[in-house]
Amino acid sequence: MGEPLERRAVISGAAQSDVGRRLYRTGIDLTVDAALRAITDAGLTTADIDGVSTYPGFGGSFGGAMGAELHEALRLSLNWRSSGVETAGPLGAVHNAILAVATGVARHVLVFRTVVEGSGGPLRPGSGSGGGGGMSGSAGPFQFMIPYGAASAACWVACYARRHMHDYGTTRTQLGAIAVNGRANAAANPKAIYTEPMTIDDYLAVRMVSEPLCLYDCDVPCDGSTAVVVSHRDYAPDAPAGAVGVNAIGTAIRGRPSWDQFDDLTSMMMRHTAASMWERTELSVDDVDTAQLYDGFSWLTLAWIEAMGFCGKGESGAFVEGGTNIGPDGAVPLNTSGGQLSAGRLHGFGHLHEAVMQLRGTANIGVDDCEVVAVGAGGGPETGSLLLTKGPS
Amino acid sequence: MSGDSPPRFVLASPESEFYWRSGADGRLRIQRCGDCGRWIHPPGPACPFCHSRRIGPEPVAGTGTVATYTVNHKEWIPGFTPPYVFAFVELDEDPTVRIGTNIVGCEIGEVEIGMRVEVLFEESGEWHVPLFRPAGAREP
Repeated sequence: MGEPLERRAVISGAAQSDVGRRLYRTGIDLTVDAALRAITDAGLTTADIDGVSTYPGFGGSFGGAMGAELHEALRLSLNWRSSGVETAGPLGAVHNAILAVATGVARHVLVFRTVVEGSGGPLRPGSGSGGGGGMSGSAGPFQFMIPYGAASAACWVACYARRHMHDYGTTRTQLGAIAVNGRANAAANPKAIYTEPMTIDDYLAVRMVSEPLCLYDCDVPCDGSTAVVVSHRDYAPDAPAGAVGVNAIGTAIRGRPSWDQFDDLTSMMMRHTAASMWERTELSVDDVDTAQLYDGFSWLTLAWIEAMGFCGKGESGAFVEGGTNIGPDGAVPLNTSGGQLSAGRLHGFGHLHEAVMQLRGTANIGVDDCEVVAVGAGGGPETGSLLLTKGPS
Repeated sequence: MSGDSPPRFVLASPESEFYWRSGADGRLRIQRCGDCGRWIHPPGPACPFCHSRRIGPEPVAGTGTVATYTVNHKEWIPGFTPPYVFAFVELDEDPTVRIGTNIVGCEIGEVEIGMRVEVLFEESGEWHVPLFRPAGAREP
């Protein structure tokens, strides 16, 4: 393989709107805040933005806002616009923007992900809330689970977590290390939802949701928008806040695109996602200075840790136990802004934003000499990843 | 989940309708390829292995193994009174045929990975919803 095309792209700007449990503002309202801040952060104006990309591309509490809404709200003039749910998870919107820039279709793409799940109403089956890979009807995951009361991804992820515990001896105390680590880091994040200290005993005492997942294993719905600007790397020297390089994208969907029919009940699609990312780079897992790995449910983070190769298959429980390895001074500082469990369910884009801050050296809990960050987002069949570097790759 | 049955929101498709009606004669059916013989679940428009269109429902024994499960403590759908067990059962004919279901007919604490189970059906309107109970259990 020649130089991977994605290295022609950089992230030149990144910003967030206010983030809160319930802001009672519309998705597009929050999106405009995030977009304008990201564009300014990139040293650009709206006149420079010639592309828009978002996930999933529909409104509602889960969808947040459509690309066309931002297009209209800012009266943008675009060469390219894209959205969709049939991507490698939410980061698919970033992948698409990177490829648009790399191929020259656009030069500065505004990418956003907005959620208003805090004030947008309860999760209801069939309401369009939550994932599902965009599949419905005969091929969809819901038909064979809704009649049994398994209406939430919590039920499905719990089944994987249970099997992981059965096969590898993973314990709830180990799983709890993800939640406790996130809570500790959230204390330094002014936008985090939950910042009160949490101990492993607090975790073990809280009520169950879908065994073995308890309340603190499930992320907190919130309102907020995150935006980044993906630019051609030629622009990097002019990016006032510093440009973050794109070293590799992880996009593979090599297994069955299903929550319930995936071949292995102790891993998910991120196994293929991460493998495809490492196939596109000369860097290795040993080069990663911090990992921002999706924690929509804490078990998903264990699956990401194994998929990325920070430990062997089945070893993630022991790897995170006690929190030393994943703490700010550990081997792999993890979810340094608190993750979704404590900082709010920004659907992977909180992780992306934090990765950019780490590589710029402006994170609230900074990792020393941070040069390479692995970002992974999503669960089930909807997973994508990015390997980002300080400066163009 | 004792007493009244919970609401069974079956959204059958043309391909899956047989699955939800199959229990009318007490048999569970799974789609099978008439050419290569592989089992196909969820049912689809063609055999995903040999691409044959000669596919159709075929009875299975209705026995299998609990691959994994969760005990729900939240009423995800009104009428599903917690606690209740949602499980994936792998069928004896082909363990890659994985069926989401509720485990009934035993104490919740008795459910475990590897447990042998057999199908039973709960009538819900026009549908016969496949449930599983410990293998060899008697009718209540």
